[in-house]
Amino acid sequence: MRERLSQGSREASRPTRLALAGALALSLAGCSQGVLAPAGPISDAERTILLDSVAIMLAIVIPVIVATLAFAWWFRSSNDRATHLPSWSYSGRLEFIVWSIPAMVVLFLAGIGWVGSHDLDPAQRIGGKPPALEVQVVALDWKWLFIYPGQGVASVNQLVLPAGQPVAFRLTSASVMNSFFIPRLGSQIYAMAGMATRLNLEADKPGVYPGLSAQFSGDGFSGMNFNARVVTPAQFAAWVGAARTGPPLDLAAYERLVRPSENVPPLAWGAVAPDLFTHIVDMTAPGVAQKRPPPAPTAPRGPA
Amino acid sequence: MTDATADMFDEGVLALEGGGDEGPAPRDIIVSYGFWIFILSDMVLFSALFASYAVLAGRTAGGPSGAQLFDLRRVFAETACLLLSSFCCGLMSLSIEARRVRGTYIGAALTFALGAAFLALELSEFVGMVAAGDGPSRSAFLSAFFTLVGTHGAHVTCGLIWLTVMMAQVATLGFRDKVVRRLRCFALFWHALDIVWVALFTVVYLIGAR
Amino acid sequence: MFGKLTWSAIPWSQPVPLITGVAVFAIVLGVLALVIVKGWWPYLWREWITSVDHKRIGVMYVILGLVMLLRGFSDAIMMRSQQAIAVGTAHGWMPPEHYDQVFSAHGTIMIFFVAMPFVIGLINFVMPLQLGIRDVAFPVLNSISFWLTCAGVLLVNISLVVGEFARTGWLAYPPLSELAYSPGVGVDYYLWSLQISGLGTLMTGVNFVTTILKMRAPGMRYTRMPVFCWTALASSLLIVAAFPILTATFAMLLLDRYLGMHFFTNTGGGNAMMYINLIWAWGHPEVYILILPAFGIFSEVIATFSGKPLFGYRSMVTATMAICILSFLVWLHHFFTMGAGADVNGFFGVMTMIIAVPTGVKVFNWLFTIYGGRLVFSTPILWSLGFMVTFVIGGMTGVLLAVPPADFVLHNSLFLIAHFHNVIIGGVVFGVMAGYNYWFPKAFGFTLDERLGKASFWCWLIGFYLAFMPLYVLGLMGMTRRMQHYSNPAWQPWLIVAAAGAALILVGVVLQIAQLIVSIRTRQARRDLTGDPWNGRTLEWSTPSPPPAYNFAVLPKVEGIDAWWAMKQAGAPRAAPTYEPIEAPRNSAAGFIAAFFAVMIGFALIWHIWWLALVGILGAFVTVLTSAWRLDDEEEIPAAEVARLEASHGPRLEQGA
Repeated sequence: MRERLSQGSREASRPTRLALAGALALSLAGCSQGVLAPAGPISDAERTILLDSVAIMLAIVIPVIVATLAFAWWFRSSNDRATHLPSWSYSGRLEFIVWSIPAMVVLFLAGIGWVGSHDLDPAQRIGGKPPALEVQVVALDWKWLFIYPGQGVASVNQLVLPAGQPVAFRLTSASVMNSFFIPRLGSQIYAMAGMATRLNLEADKPGVYPGLSAQFSGDGFSGMNFNARVVTPAQFAAWVGAARTGPPLDLAAYERLVRPSENVPPLAWGAVAPDLFTHIVDMTAPGVAQKRPPPAPTAPRGPA
Repeated sequence: MTDATADMFDEGVLALEGGGDEGPAPRDIIVSYGFWIFILSDMVLFSALFASYAVLAGRTAGGPSGAQLFDLRRVFAETACLLLSSFCCGLMSLSIEARRVRGTYIGAALTFALGAAFLALELSEFVGMVAAGDGPSRSAFLSAFFTLVGTHGAHVTCGLIWLTVMMAQVATLGFRDKVVRRLRCFALFWHALDIVWVALFTVVYLIGAR
Repeated sequence: MFGKLTWSAIPWSQPVPLITGVAVFAIVLGVLALVIVKGWWPYLWREWITSVDHKRIGVMYVILGLVMLLRGFSDAIMMRSQQAIAVGTAHGWMPPEHYDQVFSAHGTIMIFFVAMPFVIGLINFVMPLQLGIRDVAFPVLNSISFWLTCAGVLLVNISLVVGEFARTGWLAYPPLSELAYSPGVGVDYYLWSLQISGLGTLMTGVNFVTTILKMRAPGMRYTRMPVFCWTALASSLLIVAAFPILTATFAMLLLDRYLGMHFFTNTGGGNAMMYINLIWAWGHPEVYILILPAFGIFSEVIATFSGKPLFGYRSMVTATMAICILSFLVWLHHFFTMGAGADVNGFFGVMTMIIAVPTGVKVFNWLFTIYGGRLVFSTPILWSLGFMVTFVIGGMTGVLLAVPPADFVLHNSLFLIAHFHNVIIGGVVFGVMAGYNYWFPKAFGFTLDERLGKASFWCWLIGFYLAFMPLYVLGLMGMTRRMQHYSNPAWQPWLIVAAAGAALILVGVVLQIAQLIVSIRTRQARRDLTGDPWNGRTLEWSTPSPPPAYNFAVLPKVEGIDAWWAMKQAGAPRAAPTYEPIEAPRNSAAGFIAAFFAVMIGFALIWHIWWLALVGILGAFVTVLTSAWRLDDEEEIPAAEVARLEASHGPRLEQGA
């Protein structure tokens, strides 16, 4: 019986170990994603601030946790060796220290916060060698429209960017509030109807960086993802050239696009209706941001 | 803080509060105090509506603005009615404290009549605007206007209903302690609405009509 | 005739809500049948439903919180199970229409119908006893507040089977919550149920502020009040100052939805950003409304079980009132990413960090309370120690999120979810559990089983870390909140661990239910005969367990902090006091009946059944009138009866300590 058990446990342990190793590998692979794996100057600065702030605070938090457990253990009622101070409830000196330590840490972090808030203001242009690439972003139900006014092309759910060049985004929504976010490139910003917010990012090197909406916007929200494909300037020019052969995003096409749809695969258009972004912000474009138009026919989803 | 300082603090607070060492305050004070706290919460409600009005005042969506809509003569008439109504409420309060029944009824009737006149004027303004197509669904500015002014008007309406009920209580129960407490609360409420109206007519009508 | 209500409002084709609804309906019917058959109804009506006694109302609030914890927690389990499997081509078992309602209901229920009732219930029960008085300032209003909260609960639960709930998240941001994007009744259920219960909460705030400021035992100056009462005061002041903002904001959204106004719509000049500002101007004070009383509970528990006075009483009070005021100056940190600009973001970031200072001070003061004491490892102390460790982590991530550039990459991610659950579970829930175990014997006359209490604590603690630490990692990996489905397989292992954590917390909850059942079964062995099972320091422990309806036959004369401890030190029992007759408020059905009409009004307005709404309003008005003309609302307990009741408990002073 014992033999069979140990045999069984040895056999079971290998697939278990493999599964655990796989899970661990997948999880560690996670550290090369997201906020801790910056791919541009903004996200890099933000990661630095994040880690520095955590380090400063851990200098307080860890001793406090240790002290909590240590005091609780040492001053347990069964420990006669611990000093017993049954009416000790005030100490001016301790009060001073107890207010000063959090105050100093907070002062320091507040400085980081104030300076960082200014240095990394999303609306601030990134002082760069090449001038910024202008991209206009429109949050739709439930996809992202990217208009390149300088290049005269547009795309959906795919953001192609040249490496090493700052990108100046202007964002709006033709629907409800969304939040435009590419974690590895840095700050997110809300996209809201009737107004245009501004965001400035830059990608250092070519790569594919996932992007999403970080503000819940309805049933199709989970599918509102896109990829930021960062390529060399030459490849970017090539992509623009290829996109220009695509159909035009005129007002009729835009009106079809505005209809609710989910999990939309990347599309590109070769021309954009003039001042389309301005019209969307002014709410004079078709499918104006006041009600959800009837949904576009979609593929059936998961089980009901 | 040393103990001596703490004791001075306590004495000062005691002097201000008149409480602490004698135990729970008398019922009259408790009820009025509680009602004051409620009125403060109502002021917060109005503040939120004022803030919304301030934000939305310029968003007329192509429709009319305050300057085009407000009739300041009517507003002055409304103000006169409400302030006089408060004055009569004060007279009513004097009668209540002296337990004079007739004075109370007369004061109440005048308070009611003037309050109702205020409401009638306000309703006529609203009806006129809605009939002209400038109702609350016309623009954000109008939504904020109707809601802010209308909430005040709704409070006045509730006040008139309350006053009627209170007169019925005086008639059937006399000047019992609890009836007198409620009348005092009503008076607080009525005067508080006056204060809100002063802010309202300044911020909305006077500033808006420029 | 029935407005928008039709038979199709019932989810015939959705098995989960349908079966749940049928099951709950059957349970409720079964309980009602049992009550009627056993003849318990008169007792329940007389002793509980129409009671205006703060102790009874407090217990009912806590029961409400416990029951709704089960509902909110089942929403959590549904979410965790969905997210654990819905990756890539797998779409899980809940479609988005359903998932969106579940996470919206989860947040709404946990904040408004679990945390608030727990906190208000404990304050209700304990505060008048600690102040050495007989009841709160307005006992009938207290009952009305409770039943209005129940009305809100009922409406939210009805939405499960008649219609739908909001699919907007727990704060219902416009434009998503406007009619154009949420044409169904879900948002209306949300708004009306919260307006009704919000009215109850506001009245509670007024009640508590008045009680604490105007009704204390003789000699109990502000600087002699227990710290729990100070935190109750701060929390109640916040309720009075913040809840009207919620009422106004929801009213504006209701006006948009019902009368076509344009406060927050995309067109007509509406401004959705204004909603966000207003709702968080309420929302941030709200979380302090919840956490401050929890801090107060920990202050009481740690001092009692260390056998020492609380360290730094004055700075604790100062810190509490500082937090109270500062909580109104930080609201924008909930939307740094809305683009208000560097100066505005910087200001609110700095203010948010400043509020961390008094909070940190409190933690140190608790540490020094333990220092030099003789700590007893009771269940409440375990919860307190768990809190001290867990809350500082949550506080740290909060200060991190207060740095605007850090928030730019973490806003709305699972990092944020982990942070606020860290502080709400580690702070509010742990505090309520500590308070529940601590004050249970005072309410019911016997202590709770310690072994099961400790077991449930460990399950909650470990389960919490398993469920939420992975979420910090996921936030850093770029996963945002409220996702019904995702495509990055690297996220899944973390979500599986999180689901396991939720399962462990479920075990903890089950153990708490078991603790209650076992404790009731074996209560004779753990009777609290002295009224002071923990060698307490504050006045509630000077009363019998449970206290008589009038709490104190003679109001205690207070001469310093920790009044009961001082009395015990002074020792010998005094000469028998002279008893006076006691005026006690009579029961009132006004609360229950008003709530009935409130449900009618709410349901009618949700479904646009205008005539029914009018009937409800009239009914509520008649209820008020009936109450106003009631002359027999007080009764006098004769002095002899008081003496008899006091004698029946036996002398307790020398048995205590």
